[in-house]
Amino acid sequence: MNPLSVYVHVPFCAVRCGYCDFNTYTATELGGGGSQAEYADNAMREMDLTLAADRAAGYDYEQVSTVFFGGGTPTLLPADDLVRMLEHLRTLIPLAPDAEITTEANPDSVTRASLSRLADGGITRVSLGMQSAVPSVLATLDRTHDPEKVPQAVAWAKEAGLDVSLDLIYGTPGETLTDVETSVKAALACGVDHMSAYSLIIEGNTAMARQLRRGELEAPDPDDMADKYELVDDLARADGLSWYEVSNWARTEAQRSRHNLAYWRGTDWWGIGPGAHRHRDGLRSWNVKHPSRYARMLAEGEMPVADAEQVAAEDRLVERIMLELRIADGLAVEVVPEEKRAMLAVHRERGHLDADALAGGRAVLTRQGRLLADAVIRDLVP
Amino acid sequence: MTPSIAADEARDILPASTPQERLRNFCIIAHIDHGKSTLADRMLQITGVVDSRAMRAQYLDRMDIERERGITVKSQAVRMPWQVDGVNYALNMIDTPGHVDFTYEVSRSLAACEGAILLVDAAQGIEAQTLANLYLAMENDLTIIPVLNKIDLPGADPEKYAAEIGQLVGVDPDDVLRVSGKTGFGVEELLDHVVRTLPSPQGDPEAPCRAMIFDSVYDTYRGVVTYIRVIDGSLKARDRIDMMSTGAHHELLEIGVSSPEPHPTQGIGPGEVGYLITGVKDVRQSKVGDTITTSIRGATEALEGYSDPKPMVYSGLFPIDGSDYPVLRDALDKLKLNDAALLYEPETSTALGFGFRVGFLGLLHLEIIRERLEREFNLDLIATAPSVVYQVVMEDGSEVEVLNPSDFPVGKVREISEPITRATILVPSEFIGAVMELCQSKRGVLGGMDYLSEDRVELRYTLPLAEIVFDFFDQLKSKTRGYASLDYDVSGSQVADLVKVDMLLQAEPVDAFSAIVHRDKAYNYGVEMAGKLKKLIPRQQFEVPIQAAIGSRIIARENIRAMRKDVLSKCYGGDISRKRKLLEKQKEGKKRMKNIGSVEVPQEAFIAALSSDEGDMPKDSKKK
Repeated sequence: MNPLSVYVHVPFCAVRCGYCDFNTYTATELGGGGSQAEYADNAMREMDLTLAADRAAGYDYEQVSTVFFGGGTPTLLPADDLVRMLEHLRTLIPLAPDAEITTEANPDSVTRASLSRLADGGITRVSLGMQSAVPSVLATLDRTHDPEKVPQAVAWAKEAGLDVSLDLIYGTPGETLTDVETSVKAALACGVDHMSAYSLIIEGNTAMARQLRRGELEAPDPDDMADKYELVDDLARADGLSWYEVSNWARTEAQRSRHNLAYWRGTDWWGIGPGAHRHRDGLRSWNVKHPSRYARMLAEGEMPVADAEQVAAEDRLVERIMLELRIADGLAVEVVPEEKRAMLAVHRERGHLDADALAGGRAVLTRQGRLLADAVIRDLVP
Repeated sequence: MTPSIAADEARDILPASTPQERLRNFCIIAHIDHGKSTLADRMLQITGVVDSRAMRAQYLDRMDIERERGITVKSQAVRMPWQVDGVNYALNMIDTPGHVDFTYEVSRSLAACEGAILLVDAAQGIEAQTLANLYLAMENDLTIIPVLNKIDLPGADPEKYAAEIGQLVGVDPDDVLRVSGKTGFGVEELLDHVVRTLPSPQGDPEAPCRAMIFDSVYDTYRGVVTYIRVIDGSLKARDRIDMMSTGAHHELLEIGVSSPEPHPTQGIGPGEVGYLITGVKDVRQSKVGDTITTSIRGATEALEGYSDPKPMVYSGLFPIDGSDYPVLRDALDKLKLNDAALLYEPETSTALGFGFRVGFLGLLHLEIIRERLEREFNLDLIATAPSVVYQVVMEDGSEVEVLNPSDFPVGKVREISEPITRATILVPSEFIGAVMELCQSKRGVLGGMDYLSEDRVELRYTLPLAEIVFDFFDQLKSKTRGYASLDYDVSGSQVADLVKVDMLLQAEPVDAFSAIVHRDKAYNYGVEMAGKLKKLIPRQQFEVPIQAAIGSRIIARENIRAMRKDVLSKCYGGDISRKRKLLEKQKEGKKRMKNIGSVEVPQEAFIAALSSDEGDMPKDSKKK
């Protein structure tokens, strides 16, 4: 009997942002039962089928330890829908008493009432997509919210008893170091205990990539990104937050996102919703992407799976090194293949691995190392 | 009009029994695209040895590459019957290689002839290489028949160029023949002229046989086919023969003439041209310039002019995919069968892996071999910058021959000699200044200057071969808008103030980029190469100094700053598979990296750094 994490992907947004390559749709009406209004029922059907499939394969779960509604914009759905899905899950597998139940939200897709309804319905945590406090940066990102709304949304969420995290994006074309400082300070001024900050990645198939190709935007510079990351980290630290994963900071260990830690620690999780990924004991599978196709398959009593892969033992080791090295707890050196262990000292010398932690048997990235995590990982995997 | 002779009517000019006064041996000297092959084709047609249906355009050029580039690399001979004033003659047309790298082969082809047709494009005038070959022919006492070709072209200016070549050859411009290989105009008159003006061979029919090899070609089915010109005596089908340079004996399996397909005969008589097959499998056993005699009652003195082909330019050839090394080795072994000038030995480079150090006659030879390796053997190759052969005298008096800059000896050097060339440049007079400036910057010494006509000048320079193989030809072309033509011939060596410049990555030398350059240019080379490498080598996890050094003295330096960010910001549930696959891909890429010390350099960076020097080759490929 294992603990289980559940990710619910809500593939709807009011607008599609220029940098976004997620599986999300702006239309409210999608054919074949894939519309927003039908989403919760579909997701609950998928939960039923998933549990049946797992049990048939000999897997069962004692408790659900974390749930995460992500997107898209989960709060585009009525709060009641999120609560309904959570209720349904609870009927299938008990929720742990201290379960972490997060939803992502846009600052302009929540109200005092909706947040309070979510808290009443069992949601414990909200992750707000703040991105930036600078209007020009928000405009480049196609974000529609007024930066003034963020402190208000945070205050409402706290009032409702929710834990709050703010998500920031740094490295938007045109953003200055001062802009980053403004944004991080604004976020911290809201009194949050958790913050995520991601460097903007311009994926090839996005509107922003096309703007870049047309020369309308300046390409991100890795050195500038590194400066901004260090600035974010400095400001977070000064406010009492410490990093626990490359892009995540929390005030205390208890305030780290347990749902995300589950990904990095390789436990089992469900992925509910169009395009969502799940993992069960080395078996990864992922759903069909389009909500209409997703709905049709469920209507026929079929798991909406697009494809799956059984991760081979060596690849599981690769994943383990790749994921655990990203977190502040680091990686036990015994996990590193023997023939690669000499590289640990090399990276300590280069200032990428913390010397004290390494002496204690764990590979933990320094700040410089965090910025070069992928290079370190490449040197340590089999 | 002179009719061609039907084969069965030509009993008086049968091979092995044609009197010398009925023989005419000639070659055609022409620049690459001045229409030699087209004219040769027309002659084959008009004399009836090839009928129109069987006519392949440019019959004489066998290899595809030659056909495409319009370059005749390997010469052959064709026997053609021709009647003048009711008398039958046998004409032997010996095709000559038309390029600068093959001067020795040209000289042997010329030595097989009594006369040469100097063929010049009536719209372009004579080019430097043609002029060089003309001088060679004149030194060999060949009778020259000056001919303007392509007179049907709208841009033709026969008056102007007749005056130019008339002056060069020493004939009245009115005596310069005018033909069109394309339409056939004037070709019959040209053949008549060959019979009337060229001397017949004057060999001694009773003397011991002496035959000169002027070409030697490997054929998959028949082994080596050797083309010969009999000077004295004769060869019979049953003779055993000796190669006079080596003393090797061979049985004759077949002897004959080509017209242009091989026709076995009972023998080859004095003054005649033909082929023989002995069953040897390697052209090195049948060397161009060597003298063949009969084993019994053979000659004691070989003909003059034989020398071994000597590579002038060396380059490292490396397969881009290291596992292709055996393929490259087999391919070179195969090409060697047909190319006595091709020399190679294994070479290992820290930057490029396993490959071969290959010696070539010159840049075109290099380019042809490389192209054949890539095309016929499906290889992807990287070639290091061509280098010449240096003679290094050490302080203790010992001498070292350096074929590869990375093999430059360590220790005190007394002096270094480099090969020098006699170079001829033909150029419209308006570019004299530009060419002189260029030659000066390439350490050239002006030897003389002549006006060929009012607006065309011949400049003669002594230039280091190393400067020519570097990028001379490209610069010459660009500074003269393509109007200059160049010929050069290695003429000796000179002591020069040369130094070896090493490129260091994190203090580790990168062998593929070591170069021997003149001291005055060492700094420029170092700065340029360091800048190039800085652009091409990706940032590493640590700072990487790039240095150019002469011995232990650093002359230029660049820094590749340490990479600061190499991390994917987001890695959640749905990203894991994708991220792992990306990681695998990056690791695959890492495997293809070459390690110079702890610096990982993608092979593409080496390729780019080496190939940006490309385009040096004087490849006058044919305009299509």
